[in-house]
Amino acid sequence: MAFKIDSRVGVTTAYRWRQILSNYVFLAPVVALNLIVIVIPSLTSIYISMTKWSGLNQPEFIGLANFDRLINDPIYWKSLSHNVIWTIFFLTIPVFMGLMGAFLLSGIKRFQMLYRVAFFIPYVIASVVNTELWRTLLHPRHGIGAWLAKQGIEGFDIRVFGSKHTALYGVAFVDSWHFWGFLVIVYLAAMYQVQPDLYEVAILEGASRFQRFRHVTVPGIRPTLVFTLLMIMIWSVPAFDYIYLLTDGGPAHASEVLGTYLYNMSFFRFEVGYAAAIGVTMALITACIVAIFVILRRRGWEI
Amino acid sequence: MMRLRSGRTETTAFNHVILFLLALFALGPVLVLFLNSVKTSEQIAQNPFSIPAEPRWDNYTVAYERGNYANTVKNSAILTGGTVIGVLIVGGMGGYALAHLEIRGANIIAFYFLVGTAIPIQLYVVPLFFLWKNFGLLNTHLGLIIIYCATSSPFATYLIRSYMVALPKEFIEAAKIDGASKFQVMTQVILPLSWPGFLTTGLIVGLGVWNEFLIAVTFMHHPDLKPVATSLRAFQERFTRDWGLTNAASVIMLLPVLILFLLMQRRFIEGLTQGGMKM
Repeated sequence: MAFKIDSRVGVTTAYRWRQILSNYVFLAPVVALNLIVIVIPSLTSIYISMTKWSGLNQPEFIGLANFDRLINDPIYWKSLSHNVIWTIFFLTIPVFMGLMGAFLLSGIKRFQMLYRVAFFIPYVIASVVNTELWRTLLHPRHGIGAWLAKQGIEGFDIRVFGSKHTALYGVAFVDSWHFWGFLVIVYLAAMYQVQPDLYEVAILEGASRFQRFRHVTVPGIRPTLVFTLLMIMIWSVPAFDYIYLLTDGGPAHASEVLGTYLYNMSFFRFEVGYAAAIGVTMALITACIVAIFVILRRRGWEI
Repeated sequence: MMRLRSGRTETTAFNHVILFLLALFALGPVLVLFLNSVKTSEQIAQNPFSIPAEPRWDNYTVAYERGNYANTVKNSAILTGGTVIGVLIVGGMGGYALAHLEIRGANIIAFYFLVGTAIPIQLYVVPLFFLWKNFGLLNTHLGLIIIYCATSSPFATYLIRSYMVALPKEFIEAAKIDGASKFQVMTQVILPLSWPGFLTTGLIVGLGVWNEFLIAVTFMHHPDLKPVATSLRAFQERFTRDWGLTNAASVIMLLPVLILFLLMQRRFIEGLTQGGMKM
């Protein structure tokens, strides 16, 4: 009896090993794809960031000189500050509109599907189309501003994307117009998970609509809310499309962000090493955001 | 139910007023784009909101021809189709392994798929450009498809996995007892049961590829092989003053997406909010 079992175990271990190894065959393609396209080039970037390289000649190792240059580059800091403004813009206005839209939607039954579809449509439209649409609408001579001026309401016929005072906010506005409907749907899904009896109690105690929103809805969807705030912060680091398409960082770097600065540095000014250094700092910023999130969570913050 | 019942005792008129205004804010600009696409530049300059008495449908035929849409739509179809097929195969296999097979370090890989989407593309786009140049993959559809497959694979694997995890284990056990191999279990048990996950993932990935700009503009410079997005950009720059024409060209790009979205909006919304990811 004992002998029989032993021999079987021998067979099964060899068999099991082959079984487990064959499991990895299923995972291999997706892992290989990510290694080749994302992981290895990302690591190469760290090396390139320590070289002087035009992309054509041999890269020349220069240590941390690129980072030294970066610290003293006013345009780098300007771009970084624009990323911060961009993040704050997205953490406030679209989030507020998303919460408001979702809360109002959760209170109605009729036409709810229709509103959801309407809010979501800008989110599925390509950046190339959305930017074209708003470039027409905000054109100083044939857009909304010009039309308002004709009706006697002056002051809006300005070059939104051409003025250094408005370019960054104009682009952020267009991108958030495309984005906020997404938040409505995410928050609405979370609001349906909130215990209905909490609202019952609140209504019985005479809570107003705003009080219910503030004291029942917001705490109820807190995990989702915090998650979207985290995602917005992470997505704001590589912000690129809308800025590149509408202003290309201009005028005079007034709407430059790290993404556009890096892009122009590598593909138009051929300072590939310096561009890689900017990329490395962007990855570090993202890592910091994720790390802060993880640490706060470990410390018992309910996020 | 309680909430809805008590909600009804209050007036919902306020909700509808604000929601209507928000819907107008979301859709108004899109409607103006459609209106302006059948106008001349002069008509747009006079009043961007007017409804043209005689719609200039010509804008569409002119934009279609000068924008070389017959060609660019074909290119985008190749890129979108190739990526969707590729990522569903790769992501489907990966999702199956993570959901139902014994994988050591599965947590690490799942964590990578979660965090992988957070890596800013700018970190790897420059080395990737030179890598693709060496491989001869620059200015090829295959080169773009491989990148798109990779960038959307963490999301796809994760989403497909979440559908597969929800499948009852009994089906798989029963198939194994009947002597099915792992591959047979995947193709004959898992696949037929989790096709909604594949459909949703395919739609989201396809939408992302059709709309994608940064990778396309970086890795594809051959004018005959460009997708709709980057050639539309070139078209806009060529006809900056002809708003009617560029708006019509934009509508041509938008229309297939809009129709597909309206037909399958539940799947789109489900996939995009579940994945919680922006492409």
